Amino acid sequence: MNAPATKHFRTDKFDFWSFFFSGLTGLATLFILGILAAILVNVIYNGWNGLTWHFVSSIPKKDFFDAKTTGVLPMIIGTAFRVIVMTIFVIPVGVITAVYLTEYASNISIITRIIRAAVNNLAGVPSIVFGLFGLGFFINFVGKNMDNLLHNSSAVWGQPALIWASLTLAVMTLPVVIVATEESLKAIPPGLREASLALGATKLETIWRIVLPQALPGIMTGGILAVSRAAGEVAPILFTGVAYFMASLPGRLSDQFMDLGYHVFVLSTQSPNIEQTRPILYATVLVLLILTFALNIVAVIIRARVRKKLRAQS
Amino acid sequence: MEPLKKNNAPLGWMGIHRGHQARPVEWLAEKLIFLVSLSAIAMVLLIFLFVAREALPVFFGETNTALVQQIIPTAELDKHSDAEIQRYLELTPEQFKNMDKETLKTLMDVKIEALNDVPENFRNDPDAHVNTTDWKYLLKAHQWNGYDQPEYIWQPVGQIKKFNIIPLFVGTLKVTLIGLGFAVPLAVGAAIYVSQLARPRIRETVKPMIEMLSGIPSVVVGVFALIVMASVLQKIFGYQTRLNAFVAGIALGFAVIPVIFSIAEDALTSVPRAYTQAALALGASRWQTSWQIVLPAALPGVFAAAVLGFGRAIGETMIVLMVCSASVMSWNVFDSARSITTTIAAEMAEAVNGGPHYRILFMLGALLFAATFVSNMIGDFVIHRFKNKLEGKR
Amino acid sequence: MAELFMPKLNVPEGKNSEHTALIEFADLSLYYGASKALKNISLTLGEKVVTAFIGPSGCGKSTLLRCLNRMNDLIDNVRIEGACKIGGHDIYAKDVDVIELRKRVGMVFQKSNPFPKSIYENVAYGLRLHGVKNKSELDGIVEKSLRSSALWEEVKDRLHTSALGLSGGQQQRLCIARAIAIKPEIILMDEPASALDPIATARIEDLILDLKKEFTIVIVTHNMQQAARISDQTAFFYIGELVEFGATSKIFTNPSQKRTEDYVSGRFG
Ligand SMILES: Nc1ncnc2c1ncn2[C@@H]1O[C@H](COP(=O)(O)OP(=O)(O)OP(=O)(O)O)[C@@H](O)[C@H]1O
Ligand SMILES: [Mg+2]
Repeated sequence: MNAPATKHFRTDKFDFWSFFFSGLTGLATLFILGILAAILVNVIYNGWNGLTWHFVSSIPKKDFFDAKTTGVLPMIIGTAFRVIVMTIFVIPVGVITAVYLTEYASNISIITRIIRAAVNNLAGVPSIVFGLFGLGFFINFVGKNMDNLLHNSSAVWGQPALIWASLTLAVMTLPVVIVATEESLKAIPPGLREASLALGATKLETIWRIVLPQALPGIMTGGILAVSRAAGEVAPILFTGVAYFMASLPGRLSDQFMDLGYHVFVLSTQSPNIEQTRPILYATVLVLLILTFALNIVAVIIRARVRKKLRAQS
Repeated sequence: MEPLKKNNAPLGWMGIHRGHQARPVEWLAEKLIFLVSLSAIAMVLLIFLFVAREALPVFFGETNTALVQQIIPTAELDKHSDAEIQRYLELTPEQFKNMDKETLKTLMDVKIEALNDVPENFRNDPDAHVNTTDWKYLLKAHQWNGYDQPEYIWQPVGQIKKFNIIPLFVGTLKVTLIGLGFAVPLAVGAAIYVSQLARPRIRETVKPMIEMLSGIPSVVVGVFALIVMASVLQKIFGYQTRLNAFVAGIALGFAVIPVIFSIAEDALTSVPRAYTQAALALGASRWQTSWQIVLPAALPGVFAAAVLGFGRAIGETMIVLMVCSASVMSWNVFDSARSITTTIAAEMAEAVNGGPHYRILFMLGALLFAATFVSNMIGDFVIHRFKNKLEGKR
Repeated sequence: MAELFMPKLNVPEGKNSEHTALIEFADLSLYYGASKALKNISLTLGEKVVTAFIGPSGCGKSTLLRCLNRMNDLIDNVRIEGACKIGGHDIYAKDVDVIELRKRVGMVFQKSNPFPKSIYENVAYGLRLHGVKNKSELDGIVEKSLRSSALWEEVKDRLHTSALGLSGGQQQRLCIARAIAIKPEIILMDEPASALDPIATARIEDLILDLKKEFTIVIVTHNMQQAARISDQTAFFYIGELVEFGATSKIFTNPSQKRTEDYVSGRFG
């Protein structure tokens, strides 16, 4: 804290307990940062050499454990594809929910509280349960019924597919988008809304022309966070669309796909020769980390700015 | 200034009487926004509904894995009640409803064939006569044929499938508690340091960095634990099995540290300045203030952080899946362990869609969902009360 | 038609006697939850007159002002009793469209709040809302509004730069331009000059005297000299009650209430 008096007490005389306490908590902090550093350094150090243009741009044959010919292009494309489709669903729903919660709902109403509780809960549901949900709802219920309606002779929608993986991830990341958007909506000065309303704008016009443009950085943060979270998740897609191996790139929403995170899992647990697979494993991890982490850092920076702005106003 | 044209000048102030239903688009949009915002509620309900739906037959005892069953001859279809036939064929009520007589008869023929196919040596095995998805076998220890004492066994493959879920519970708890035991002290310590003792500059850099840790995908943490940590820890502690619950727990700790840290940090910072200023004015040192004033005041928040961390840890899948997976019934931390999440992830692919194994995996998912639901509720409730109390006092 | 409802205003003396009444509060009370912020206010304000609301902080001036464009509707838990009429029409009647009302009753806030858009877009915002699409028409009105808020000369070369780059006084004049662009009949001003330096304040005051020819203006101010300089009529409030209302010259030179005299002479408040 900042009172000058505190400094006085600290430098007055050597206080063992003070030293011990600060030291212990400081060490805990350092230890956590150490873990972060250890993971990053380990991955970069071991993965750097394997990260060649050939590696990220080639499509592996059936044996992707062979370090010479393997590549991760289908996995990168699969991951990107499923995340983009997810974004198309989750951003509108998340933003509209956040708009309802901050602009329309009264904080004391029961329904608002239930929505908030549901959002909180959704954020805490284990990712594997989302996977089960995707299988039970999207594939076995929605998909099978679609097949029946369309009179497909064999299962087209009633089986794991990219669209179901994306929708499952959209449900999972909904709270991320809602929370980030809400945060940025709250950071907009109420005076702007009042000015617009006083000019005879309707609430909707005010939201559309004044509030949402202002909230754009926050919405983007939410989107980026959702994307980076979803890109690294494996559990929800295990039963909803990921494939161990696909000879061709995914082109349709009903296709299955290969995935970076799942590929990391496969390489690290199902390799016939662990020592030989290690370089490509680390290179794959590095690609995954670069994708998710770069996005995350951008989001953290934008969010820190939004928060600072928020604090400056209050 | 030239007077501007006015749209409804002739009406004068009459023009304001347009009625509040004058804007149908606005009205419609408002309703739509409200409806969309209900989707979060809908999703929670749907998750519960559809996970539970697939698990329901287990709860109602409609699954049957007994290899040797009383055969119902196809001709006697009409002599038995619908419920009996439905259970015999292991159908859900809706599946049963949608089937005509012919289909049922075919299914009964298939069933008879399957029952007749059971190898001779199993006919005398007492285990082949029991329905292992009965709650008795799911929860209680059972002395299986060939074992010399009752045991808890999860072994969903082979002729006689054993579905005792207790080893999975033990495995989950073991890994989760190790993870929390590792993560809570570290995360809370760091939260105290960052919120109370660190200079603002350090705080501004450390906080986002710890948040970054939560951005590392769990498969990446899994790889790190599998390759690096497992060896390092084995060297330090010198235990037998290289991959065990201990390694998984510590790795799990990495994943929950950011969760616990940010909630605890938030709780600690929201303790009003007035408290600390008063203590400092009385001559307490900074650590005394943190230890004796701030931490007790923020304790509910810190507790909530741990509870929410528990919810996160119990649901983590990939780390545990990669680091250890054998299901053994043992409380020893250096033995392997298989958690509920791992079991679902590893076995769903080989479970027959709609079969008993599939249903039990869904039931495990439903239990997991319930557990995290409860821990989230408790955590949120405590935080909510904590914040309200602070605001009331301020 | 509306004229039927407009009685001649009974102003005791001087220059305003020829003005017709436009705004009428009839026994108006307002509650924030359980607390009564306005107590049985009855007051009639003339058309094309500048009326000043004065009184100590927290007495309800802003609250009363915001009744006129129903900005109080935005606050949860607000309840209103009595009537508030404009041009003889009760603006709290069931069939009143608030949006239409706010088009006709513009408002300038204490803290200038330009939109984070260009200067041009700030002024054009209200026009676009109300359906003006023609580019040349927009240009014309924007220029006129900026001229009549005495800002045109200063900003004509940077119309398309951000409004947030203007000084505080310029921002406030931009807000006035934005309000008058949509041709309201009444302009409400809540301490429009309280955050400005004396020179910027003087410009705003000149502007108000100018706008008076076109608009009916109600202004809240804490500055007694300002009220005396620009207003024709003054209402003095004290803890939610209307203490005295009359021609500004009378309120400042010969108030009939002791409390008013104490306040305007600076003895309390
Ligand atoms: N949103 C609100 N909720 C509850 N009470 C309010 C609210 N806004 C104002 N009040 C109360 O109503 C009373 C009148 O407030 P108002 O803002 O109208 O005063 P004012 O005369 O404009 O004061 P000032 O000169 O400081 O602007 C005050 O006691 C205030 O506390
Ligand atoms: Mg005020």
